[in-house]
Amino acid sequence: MELNRRDLLRRAFRTGLALFGSAAAFDVVRGDLLAAGVPKAAAPRRAMAVDIARCIAAGDCRECITACHKGHNVPSIADTKREIKWIWKETFERAFPDEAHEFTRQDLKGKEVMTLCNHCENPPCVRVCPTGATWKREDGIVMMDMHRCIGCRYCMAACPYGSRSFNWSDPARVLPVKAANPGYPRRTKGVVEKCSFCDELADTGKLPLCVTACKTGALIFGDLNDAGSDVRKALAGRYALRRKPSLGTGPSVFYLV
Amino acid sequence: MRDLRIIIPLLAAVLLAAGLPVLYGLRPGQESSPPKLELPAGEKACVMPADYMRQSHMTLLRQWRESVVRTGDRTPVSAGGKTYEKSLSGTCFKCHAKKSAFCDRCHASLGAAPACWDCHHYTEEVAHGAE
Repeated sequence: MELNRRDLLRRAFRTGLALFGSAAAFDVVRGDLLAAGVPKAAAPRRAMAVDIARCIAAGDCRECITACHKGHNVPSIADTKREIKWIWKETFERAFPDEAHEFTRQDLKGKEVMTLCNHCENPPCVRVCPTGATWKREDGIVMMDMHRCIGCRYCMAACPYGSRSFNWSDPARVLPVKAANPGYPRRTKGVVEKCSFCDELADTGKLPLCVTACKTGALIFGDLNDAGSDVRKALAGRYALRRKPSLGTGPSVFYLV
Repeated sequence: MRDLRIIIPLLAAVLLAAGLPVLYGLRPGQESSPPKLELPAGEKACVMPADYMRQSHMTLLRQWRESVVRTGDRTPVSAGGKTYEKSLSGTCFKCHAKKSAFCDRCHASLGAAPACWDCHHYTEEVAHGAE
């Protein structure tokens, strides 16, 4: 039998369809089997609530910032263009541009509130990261893998909260090893860093450093999926704001007003 | 053919130059020997056998890193009846407390320059006040 052009194409198409189709079908079936075989434990959804009133009442208190930055070896750099910050204070107007207006309540107007990475439900930084150096964990923590960061700073451009900082120079120059916490790594020049919700503590069931350090109890940490958690209790009793909710990022940091 | 008078000596010179490093290493009394490492006092066993660690400690470290950082799996590893935290600074550096007497010796002789210590700082530096 002579094979003409049309038959060849026809056969090639059928073979291809059979091969790829069966492979795809196998994947679907196997995925279902895997999913059926392993009952998945409900992952927690880590979140924080900041009691603005208590935080403002504490005045110039910087206990949480000190504890976090000391524990995570975050160097203090005065130049705001080069500074590294994991948790910092922002005026109410800057933190909540949509909420502030001419007649903002006097107890909030111009007052500083704690800001940190919001560990968004739909993190824009993760979408733009070209290397997978930042990603969202099962429990909602938006993680950084410094080993994979190439310092492109797309994530910094994407984050609407300014939660990410870039190491313009070797942090070792600002933070000598003598002053560093030996239990936590430093960073190197050319990587982006941010708050990690203390993943290393969360994994062992402990509270983040900032929450432990807060003397006024203004920072509340817990699991949103657990109706009995401190965060859920706080959210049930008080009205809560989130930063720039209209952007659709779904922040996991709530501000109790 | 008369060019051979030039070509052959030149070729010999080139070959000699190219072979010099080999010849240099073949001098008597120059047998290469593995670097001498200072092993931690009081510790008999590592997380894995010494042979494996010598060749593949970087693989082990990469596996630990992927497991802890990427998947959040901090389950301690057990070896020889002991459990170890999957941590470079927290486990390895505890025993191998002198980078210059252990890590650096092999790395230097092999011309390897791993970047681990850029971030995973070394307690030795604290003790010696170097920075």
